[in-house]
Amino acid sequence: MSDTILSIKDLSIQYVSREIGTCRAVNNVSLDIQKGENLGLVGETGAGKTTIALGILRLTPKPQGRVTSGTVEFWGEDLYKKSEAEMRKIRGEKISMIFQDPMTALNPIDPVGDQISEMIWLHEKITKKEAAAKAANMLEMVGIPAARYKEYPHQFSGGMKQRVVIAMALACSPELLIADEPTTALDVTIQAQVLDMMNGLKKELGTSLLLITHDLGVVAEMCDKVAIIYAGEIVEVGTTRHIFKDTRHPYTKGLFGSLPDMNSHSKRLKPIHGLMPDPANLPQGCKFAPRCEFCTERCTKQEQELTAVSPDGHLVRCWRAVEEEGGV
Amino acid sequence: MAPLLEVKNLQKYFKVPAGFLHAVDGVSFQIEEGQTLGVVGESGCGKSTLGRVVLHLLDNTGGQILYKGEDITKVDHHKLSQLRREMQIIFQDPFSSLNPRMTVYQTIAEPMQIMGGYRKEDLQNRVMALMDTVGLARRFVNTYPHELDGGRRQRIGIARALALNPRFIVCDEPVSALDVSIQAQVLNLMLDIQEQMGLTYIFITHDLSVVKYISNHIMVMYLGQMVEMAPSDELFARPLHPYTQALLSAVPVPDIDHKKERIILKGELTSPINPKPGCRFAARCQYATEECFKQEPELRQVGENHTVKCHKVQA
Repeated sequence: MSDTILSIKDLSIQYVSREIGTCRAVNNVSLDIQKGENLGLVGETGAGKTTIALGILRLTPKPQGRVTSGTVEFWGEDLYKKSEAEMRKIRGEKISMIFQDPMTALNPIDPVGDQISEMIWLHEKITKKEAAAKAANMLEMVGIPAARYKEYPHQFSGGMKQRVVIAMALACSPELLIADEPTTALDVTIQAQVLDMMNGLKKELGTSLLLITHDLGVVAEMCDKVAIIYAGEIVEVGTTRHIFKDTRHPYTKGLFGSLPDMNSHSKRLKPIHGLMPDPANLPQGCKFAPRCEFCTERCTKQEQELTAVSPDGHLVRCWRAVEEEGGV
Repeated sequence: MAPLLEVKNLQKYFKVPAGFLHAVDGVSFQIEEGQTLGVVGESGCGKSTLGRVVLHLLDNTGGQILYKGEDITKVDHHKLSQLRREMQIIFQDPFSSLNPRMTVYQTIAEPMQIMGGYRKEDLQNRVMALMDTVGLARRFVNTYPHELDGGRRQRIGIARALALNPRFIVCDEPVSALDVSIQAQVLNLMLDIQEQMGLTYIFITHDLSVVKYISNHIMVMYLGQMVEMAPSDELFARPLHPYTQALLSAVPVPDIDHKKERIILKGELTSPINPKPGCRFAARCQYATEECFKQEPELRQVGENHTVKCHKVQA
């Protein structure tokens, strides 16, 4: 059996509304995650990161969201062929998700301990009492005293709420954890605590991680592989070393140029000009062409496929990067 | 040269049912004209309150705010409205700080209409000039905020703050709601404007890489108090307060070969309501001794322009 836990092939998701028309949020995305691997999915607001995550769990909002092509295979089984009841067993037990905003991810009128134990009780054949004991253990594991089991979300700070959400996501020892900007709402010192804790728990439980973020610093610390997503497409994918040390795509380069560097003394940043295209009205050809300083006529007409630029899995979607800098 | 703004022992307490919340407690600093003071700290440390009290948008509980040598907490209403021309603010959230029922034109023109003295024609020219300055295309002049993205909205906020030719601007997390590529555009714009107009900034942020990029001096706040202040390069090269050290080590660096010792702080911020005597950071500090829990440390000078509030730091 291969070690590929999740394999997304050619996934496209559209949102359709009468006012805006068809919004192409995710376009032909293919990704693989191996067992125990940490994959970072990096992009800006509106790039389609969260839509991919929802697509994996078949939680694309209905009726406006439509999966128009592609398959999502979990251990080789197509999730889109499962019944709704089977999906419910997978969500939370095999694949679980940490949502972006801990302030709204919890039910405000249920004690946090009950919210965790409900989830365990639903997925495992145990009594409510045993589930409660397990929930208390989970709280301790994420560094919250079990004595706070009966407290409500508003009695916790942002960092602690995010720990509760993480405890809930890990309660059934899932094989794959999807974390959608898990630390974006937190302060840096709390972020350091949460990342540290997630790393520790991952090692203990052997979980694979799909980490969605816009923070390249977090990626550098957490991930083995990185996919850069722009306007619903993967523009560059490779190991963390490929992306950070051998950056090929002009957009990825632009992202690094936009970051103020704490260790240098440069006086001006090199931002990417312009804005991301409207997903309801994507340009023909390369989606990044209107903002790209190397754009040629061909870029505006025809789009490059994701092409390997090194033998060990570094793929780039850019004519110039492939031709001028050498492909394989 | 006398500093443009001098703040002495500023205090702001809020009355809450449980007692007093010490949002800003004994903060002192000076800013020279044309310089930028960065204020960093985590949520709830009082940085936004500080920005508002400095502009006298909130009344202070104690201390002095001297703008060009004049205590603005003591001036009358008329004089204050004159001072407001020179002192402006850019707010954090470009999604909630703009009136959704006003067009870009109305939003930028409003401060000038309130102050008066502009003919209609002058007003129009001025609004267009401001839009050019902040890089907003003129075709957006009659659009409403909801039609624009975050970066453009923040440019409206900046144009509005510049409308009355201020000399001093408090920037309260102006880029934290923006994506990195847009954030870089707005930061560059703010630096350009500062150079052209000789503006003085207080730049409030929680993002340490941004603050280093834009500031001359940096003040680190913790629970309403200033714990360390130094020139930017000095602070990053030689952080002395244990909190500053932890804060700097916690920032994820976008470089895979950069390995550093990370200091993970225990626990979270303690309550700023009726704080206990002693150092406010002591409960989370790895160096804390009995002295730290009993006696509050004084702010001490430990180098040129470098002050720190900690018992354990040797000069």
